[in-house]
Amino acid sequence: MTLFSRYRILLPIASLALLLAVTFYVQPRTMSYFGLNLLFNLAVPIALATIAQMLIIMVNDIDLGIGAFVSLAACVAATFLEQSPLIGAMIMAALILSYALMGAMIHALALPAIVVTLGMSFVWGGLALFLLPSPGGTSPAWLRAIMTVKPPLMPMALVAACLIAGVTHWLIARAGIGTVLRGVGGNADAVRRAGWSLVRLKALAYGLAGLFGVLAGMALVGLTTSADANIALRYTLLSIAGVILGGGEFTGGKVSPAGAVIGALTLALAASFLSFMRLSPDWQIGAQGAILIAVLAARLLFNGRDGARR
Amino acid sequence: MTQNNKLFSAAVIGAISLTLSGMTQAQEATADKRVALSNNYAGNSWRQVMLQSFEETAEQATNDGVIDAADAYTTSENQATEQAAQIQNLILQGYDAIIIDAASPTALNGAVQEACDAGVTVVSFDGIVTAPCAWRIAVDFEAMGHQQVDYLASRLPDGGNLLEIRGLAGTSVDEQIHAGIQRGVETHDAFRISGSVHGDWAQEVAQKGVAGLLPSLPEIAGVVTQGGDGYGTAQAFDAAGRDMPIIVLGNRQDELQWWQEQHAKDGYETLSMSIAPGVASLAFWVTQQILAGEEVPKDLTVPFLKVTQDTLESVLEETPRGSVANTVYTLDDAQSVIASADNG
Repeated sequence: MTLFSRYRILLPIASLALLLAVTFYVQPRTMSYFGLNLLFNLAVPIALATIAQMLIIMVNDIDLGIGAFVSLAACVAATFLEQSPLIGAMIMAALILSYALMGAMIHALALPAIVVTLGMSFVWGGLALFLLPSPGGTSPAWLRAIMTVKPPLMPMALVAACLIAGVTHWLIARAGIGTVLRGVGGNADAVRRAGWSLVRLKALAYGLAGLFGVLAGMALVGLTTSADANIALRYTLLSIAGVILGGGEFTGGKVSPAGAVIGALTLALAASFLSFMRLSPDWQIGAQGAILIAVLAARLLFNGRDGARR
Repeated sequence: MTQNNKLFSAAVIGAISLTLSGMTQAQEATADKRVALSNNYAGNSWRQVMLQSFEETAEQATNDGVIDAADAYTTSENQATEQAAQIQNLILQGYDAIIIDAASPTALNGAVQEACDAGVTVVSFDGIVTAPCAWRIAVDFEAMGHQQVDYLASRLPDGGNLLEIRGLAGTSVDEQIHAGIQRGVETHDAFRISGSVHGDWAQEVAQKGVAGLLPSLPEIAGVVTQGGDGYGTAQAFDAAGRDMPIIVLGNRQDELQWWQEQHAKDGYETLSMSIAPGVASLAFWVTQQILAGEEVPKDLTVPFLKVTQDTLESVLEETPRGSVANTVYTLDDAQSVIASADNG
């Protein structure tokens, strides 16, 4: 058994470290407090969205609506949350609740999550357009203050990444309920026979995903200072890529919260790195895909060797 | 209008020869400055010509020693968050100025603020940003909408039903042109908008949308558009066998070509207007002026490029297939735009 397959988290860390080293070499200006913050601050909302996606993937589903949902949360944050915080908070709570309901419905009616979430993405998108027919809104001052805070020693982006990874690791890997939730993805029947209500567990997983989706939207607005209805659409695919890049798998409840955060940082860094390399935009999507495939191939190589021996 | 004609003849004569009256002090002041273009989208003819205009102007200026470097960057997915990251990367790359054609007027403000705080000059054009520290070279899109109805009113004094082709939902340009059209219809109350459809500034989307809507519409006298959607609309009317209304066009080559063919057939006349993609070269020169220490107001306005029956032949000759009618701006044009904003 190799070191990499025993500790699932090592490969994502190694990929990020390698990419970071190359980026420092190509553009030495990034090697500073200021530089690291600019490099990673927009990865914070991506990391939160990736955690949301991870919670869904953990219960063997996939969420194709998270990008639109984060956009909607951003629009709410830039409008209601700023003008009347109470109503804003209530709408956010309603959004989280509707995500939980969506999870319960997917399980109760045995609907394919991929279709339901894709369908709901148009509902989120429509609501977002309804709130902000044209780009605008303002970030609440406190949100802007949180996202631009300059803590000592480490830039905000890295502090936030550690915080998100720490909290979700505790929730998923250490807390009892996290173990049960991972069990839903691993062996739902066993969890059901143990006396748990699967509908409630799925609703909980989706509700938590909704919570992180809302947080992602708020973090995004804190960074951009305002929103538009299409602001986070690309988060859908980025978040899925982030989960997988971070050592998660599509089935079996095998996910890693710290890995997911690292995966999100790696994706953001890959885009910056390609931009520093002055690669033509026509090639950038392809090159980003190549980085993704390279990391996945490395994982397959290490895990595959392990699997063959067992 | 005189401004347009002047720019036009400049374009016809041979456009980009930057016959500047010697190297002034202002130009030497920027000889060591580096400028980057942050562009959010390159997927249509307008943007392609825009990038080409910028690159030609930048290359000439670099060769002349006016500026050290001017590089163009385009994001691959046309998303605001991606462009915000790109702008932050450009700050890290140490550019002195960033010229932006923005994916969103507001969603980039955080990144723009970071740039300003780092001492970088930010100039936005076409897709402008609202951050107060940035310069804006804007098009009066509302006037563009209003003038379409004005033109139709001059052609159709009795009024009639209008079909409105809208742009991409949720964008500010779409909102502004729409608002202008609404005001125009209020001014000329013989007109009423009897249908509207989103054409997303693309011929095929417009064609599909109009074809779906046509059977439910009464007789249409005129079509107000946003550019890039006129030819598709005409195709839909043609396919449905309906009488061709006056379609206000948006300077695309296929639209102008169609107009010429229609005119040859039955004397069809209309008006075409849009913002010239060469506005990127104007943004470049304005940025150069700011870097040179000139006093430049934060809000500038570019005139739009109109094509009438009289200028159709010459413009169409100048416009390559699949492209957009264009004019490239010079330093003199930039200075006159700045001066007119000062007076206004």
